Amino acid sequence: MSDKNNNMTTENQNIVTEAQETVNTEAVETANADAFNLEDEALSKLEGVEDVEEKAAGPEKAPAGEKTSVKKTKKSKKKEEEEEEVYHKPLIKRRKPNRSIAGDIFLYLFLLIVAIIMFFPIIYAVESALKPLDELFKFPPRIFAQNPTLDNFSDLFVTLGKSWVSFSRYMFNTVFITGVGTAGHLIVASMAAFVLAKYDFPGGKTFFKLVTVAMMFTGYVTGIPNYIIMSKLHMIDTYWAIIIPAFAFPMGLFLMKQFMEGLPTSLIEAAKIDGATEWTVFSKIVMPNVKPAWLTLIIFSVQSLWNNKASTVIYSEEMKTLPFAMQQIQAGGIARTGEAAAVLVVLMIVPIAIFIFSESQILETMASSGLKD
Amino acid sequence: MSQFLKDYVKVKKHNFRVGVKRARLSKACYLFLAPYAVIFTMFYILPVVVSIVFGFTYYNILEAPRFVGLQNYVSLFLEDDIFLMAIKNTFMIAIITGPIGYLGSFLFAWLINELPRWVRSVAVVVFYAPSIAGNCYVIFSVFFRGDAYGYVNAFLMNAGIIDTPILWFIDPRYMLPVCMLVILWMSLGAGFLSFVAGLQGIDKSQYEAGYMDGVKNRWQELWFITLPNMKPMLMFGAVMSITQAFSVCEVTMTLCGYPSTDYAARTIVTHLFDYGFSRFEMGYACSIATILFLIMILCNKAIQSMLSRVGT
Repeated sequence: MSDKNNNMTTENQNIVTEAQETVNTEAVETANADAFNLEDEALSKLEGVEDVEEKAAGPEKAPAGEKTSVKKTKKSKKKEEEEEEVYHKPLIKRRKPNRSIAGDIFLYLFLLIVAIIMFFPIIYAVESALKPLDELFKFPPRIFAQNPTLDNFSDLFVTLGKSWVSFSRYMFNTVFITGVGTAGHLIVASMAAFVLAKYDFPGGKTFFKLVTVAMMFTGYVTGIPNYIIMSKLHMIDTYWAIIIPAFAFPMGLFLMKQFMEGLPTSLIEAAKIDGATEWTVFSKIVMPNVKPAWLTLIIFSVQSLWNNKASTVIYSEEMKTLPFAMQQIQAGGIARTGEAAAVLVVLMIVPIAIFIFSESQILETMASSGLKD
Repeated sequence: MSQFLKDYVKVKKHNFRVGVKRARLSKACYLFLAPYAVIFTMFYILPVVVSIVFGFTYYNILEAPRFVGLQNYVSLFLEDDIFLMAIKNTFMIAIITGPIGYLGSFLFAWLINELPRWVRSVAVVVFYAPSIAGNCYVIFSVFFRGDAYGYVNAFLMNAGIIDTPILWFIDPRYMLPVCMLVILWMSLGAGFLSFVAGLQGIDKSQYEAGYMDGVKNRWQELWFITLPNMKPMLMFGAVMSITQAFSVCEVTMTLCGYPSTDYAARTIVTHLFDYGFSRFEMGYACSIATILFLIMILCNKAIQSMLSRVGT
């Protein structure tokens, strides 16, 4: 076999180099690449060449001879470099055998372009908030600020400081609504989710079905009747008009229940045998075990409450929320372009930050989010 | 027959008694459920009932509601031209952005799935950020500004495609398409997260088995292995995107104004707001809400029965 190796023509080597990518990922990945010496490496490649040719051809399906002669000139230049690269771990592992390289490249390029387009407005918003006034109206526009400044933010505080209700009050309103609403939602929804997931009692299944139906229509449908109901309860123009309905946000219960179903029932039974009451089981056993789901509930609840303008149920100016005040600033037009951009940043930074910090837990919860029919 | 009926009643009675007994034994369950159930009934179930009931009345908050039968619905469909326009716009938006947003969510989740771990987390943030970025979509009014300094106008004029700036948010011809663009930008929401998580959870050995059984390329793998595994998530995503697609109003109201020129960007929800909170014709608004409710529920049921056939 070693003789064969020495007699290997350049053409053969070209096949090898071309096949390297595939070999790298399939054969070498499993057998530790660094452990091989050069000869063994080439040997394993040679053995793989025939199989690899078939696979690497992928979409083109060109016969082996033709292909190598075409790419010979190109490949021979880079040959030495690539041979060195054999010993590096590939940057992107190819986990799947049935993938064509052309398809991979095309799809990831597409993904990259779309990602840039998706993120561009957000980058642009952040950058406009950092631009000084003269750069905001520069033409042709630049995406990135040349002299980033925080003037827009300080202007924002000045503008809001001059308003009838102070900025801190708007801020307090929104933080209060978001905080209390989210905390209450977490507790109330988890309690309901716990019994719905772990106990079989009359009416439980029907109730859960109702909740899934409630996910199918938005708050807008119930907006008007809600207003009528709240006015009968004298809740209009108080914080509770926003906070209390947020407690029963259907998606939170749904996600929590689906996630709790994954908890082993034996855990609860064991606690029961040890003499725990339902409440102890819930607070000491179940809740600490579903922390990923907490974060998911928090992100969805914060997202809807933080951006809540609440303009239909709260009329007193001193109880209005931050987004409402922000809307007034944005209505200021061209002169307030910079401040408006600062507003956008202030409003979006909180939900995005929470999401970034809790992404893995949220994804863990969402894995059980499926809706079974 | 009478024997059958007797037995039937007997079984039912027995079941009922067992039910009551079990209910009595699971008092704690009801206690746990109670806070949620009360609030949920109060603000999610009762409003639907109220809206159906008030849909048949004339009610302006000050006077007691007066029963008018089907009058509201008749005038909605026969006299209210703006409502018909709103329905047309809403369906246009829903039919175009709903499916594209849904398929887009799945496509991107699926593409992201094969990336290395850290790239994947960054990609999820990038794609999900627009939908949680609050009213960041307002930035589109800068891109699509109506004068020659708006970026899109400037670009099109420099390229020689148009010679006068287009009033994107004032000209009725361009309002809806631009709004749809913005809505699409924001459409990778909870459904997308569910897809990403669901794809991660698929048993890897199924792919290996599929490879042994002759799955040749990624598309076959998608259809025969991935999609059937993802069915529950696909359902969840569908519910999310249908609900979203039919409740468009913030984007159109912020970008095109309220009311928009010639009502060209009016949606059902905008119409609902107009009658409910500007004119205080609660009865009429409730009938609009009922129609929206029916549209959403029916669409969801239809799509769910369609999705249950995926991958078979």
